[in-house]
Amino acid sequence: METADLIFKIVFVLGVFGVSLVIAMYSTYAERKVAAFFQDRIGPNRAGPFGLLQPLADGVKMFMKEEIIPTHADKALFILGPSIAMLTACMTSVVIPWGSSLIINGKEYVMQITDVNIGILYVFGVVSIGVYGIMIGGWASNNKFSLLGALRASSQMISYELAMGMSIIALVMMTGTLSIREIVESQPGAHWNVFVQPLGFLLFLICAFAETNRTPFDLPECETELVGGYHTEYSSMKLGFYLFAEYINMFISSAIIVCLYFGGYNFPFLNSLGLSHNLTAILGTVLMFGKIFFFIFFFMWVRWTIPRFRYDQLMRLGWKILIPLAVLNIVITAVVLLFKYDLWNTSIN
Amino acid sequence: MSKIAFFVLAFLSIFSAMMVVFSRKPVHSVLSLIFCFFTIAGHYILLNAQFLAAVHIIVYAGAIMVLFLFVIMLLNLNAESEPHKTSAGKIAAVVSGGLLLLVLVSVLKSTDGLQLSAAPDSQVGMVKNLGMVLYDKYMLPFEVSALLFLTAMIGATMIGKKELD
Repeated sequence: METADLIFKIVFVLGVFGVSLVIAMYSTYAERKVAAFFQDRIGPNRAGPFGLLQPLADGVKMFMKEEIIPTHADKALFILGPSIAMLTACMTSVVIPWGSSLIINGKEYVMQITDVNIGILYVFGVVSIGVYGIMIGGWASNNKFSLLGALRASSQMISYELAMGMSIIALVMMTGTLSIREIVESQPGAHWNVFVQPLGFLLFLICAFAETNRTPFDLPECETELVGGYHTEYSSMKLGFYLFAEYINMFISSAIIVCLYFGGYNFPFLNSLGLSHNLTAILGTVLMFGKIFFFIFFFMWVRWTIPRFRYDQLMRLGWKILIPLAVLNIVITAVVLLFKYDLWNTSIN
Repeated sequence: MSKIAFFVLAFLSIFSAMMVVFSRKPVHSVLSLIFCFFTIAGHYILLNAQFLAAVHIIVYAGAIMVLFLFVIMLLNLNAESEPHKTSAGKIAAVVSGGLLLLVLVSVLKSTDGLQLSAAPDSQVGMVKNLGMVLYDKYMLPFEVSALLFLTAMIGATMIGKKELD
């Protein structure tokens, strides 16, 4: 690797990392503002203009609070829990293509940290490790509410991972690749996958809500039944990490939804504007972030609109509705693909 | 470079595998086993089998070990409540373990003279090649093993159903 490549990669990695942290930080602010709007309140407006410094104030508060590790807790695992949650939240952004490519000094730099040819599987792998952060934290707290929360979280995440994987299979069958970049490139202009895979998109969206433990699937931290769920015993920045990881996950899942179903950095008429390559790429990235912000807003919109499920409803939805629908989607996609392939073959001969 | 990575991974996988046996708390054993699976996934990547590595992590570390951890967390095992093992059982375990070691050593010894039949291909473990081989050359075994999984699934459902009635 040349020095220029290496510098670009390092800058890009730090940039992606910084941007995801800042977006997660301001998602907390946005969430409170959105909630306030939905409930006809004003929301945070004391720290800075329009309360814009509120996330910073919250962060400082989190760091300054006393750290408490319960006496009967397994100390090492108690610390490991939030660390894993934060680590896995930050790991997924590696395979997401944030833009097409930039040409600097006649050299092309791809705006993606790494294009693994099994990108989607990598995302699933990281998501499935994410369960451990919650499970270990909940168990190590040595508190029955924490344990119950952790068990709920893990059984929910395993159940919805299945439906999520199956909803993706139909998409992979269509595009014929597991690389997220190639999937994005297969939907130029307005040929977004959501128009050909509406059912798959719906399934994926529901499962994304369940995987990020957001309402209506936030039973692991259901305060009316479980105090605080798996993070009941946590305080200070360790609690902060759990909460923060949720917001990073929300950002990343929005980004993945946009990449898989909404064309990523593609936008109608973007390439026919006649702009230079770099400008098109930057505009594409900006538009992609626009789509991502819409989905983050959508997450919040749902949270403040829909009440949470009961646990048996959650399991029934996962196993008896989503998985059969995902299988149906696979079968329909397969039949359509076969039909199209046959048609294509006969028209050639 | 890959040699250093191999030795670090090999050390970590053997160390974590030993921690599974030696650690006092069952939950720590399970966590070491999960870590061991990760190092094995690392070995797969060194062998250019990216797909296998990803599936290994999703299936073993992500699903099966979560269920292990589930059961052990709910049982809440610790040193005091641990059931006392009889000495006959211990002797049987030692004998069977020793026999397994003997078989493994003899198998590994016989691989000394083997030559690699084909030149290592860096693309061999990629999804495309793997899919071509699985659905072309080994179609029947693949489908048969899929049937086997289906049977196991139905069996598990049947056992689960029985308890309800």
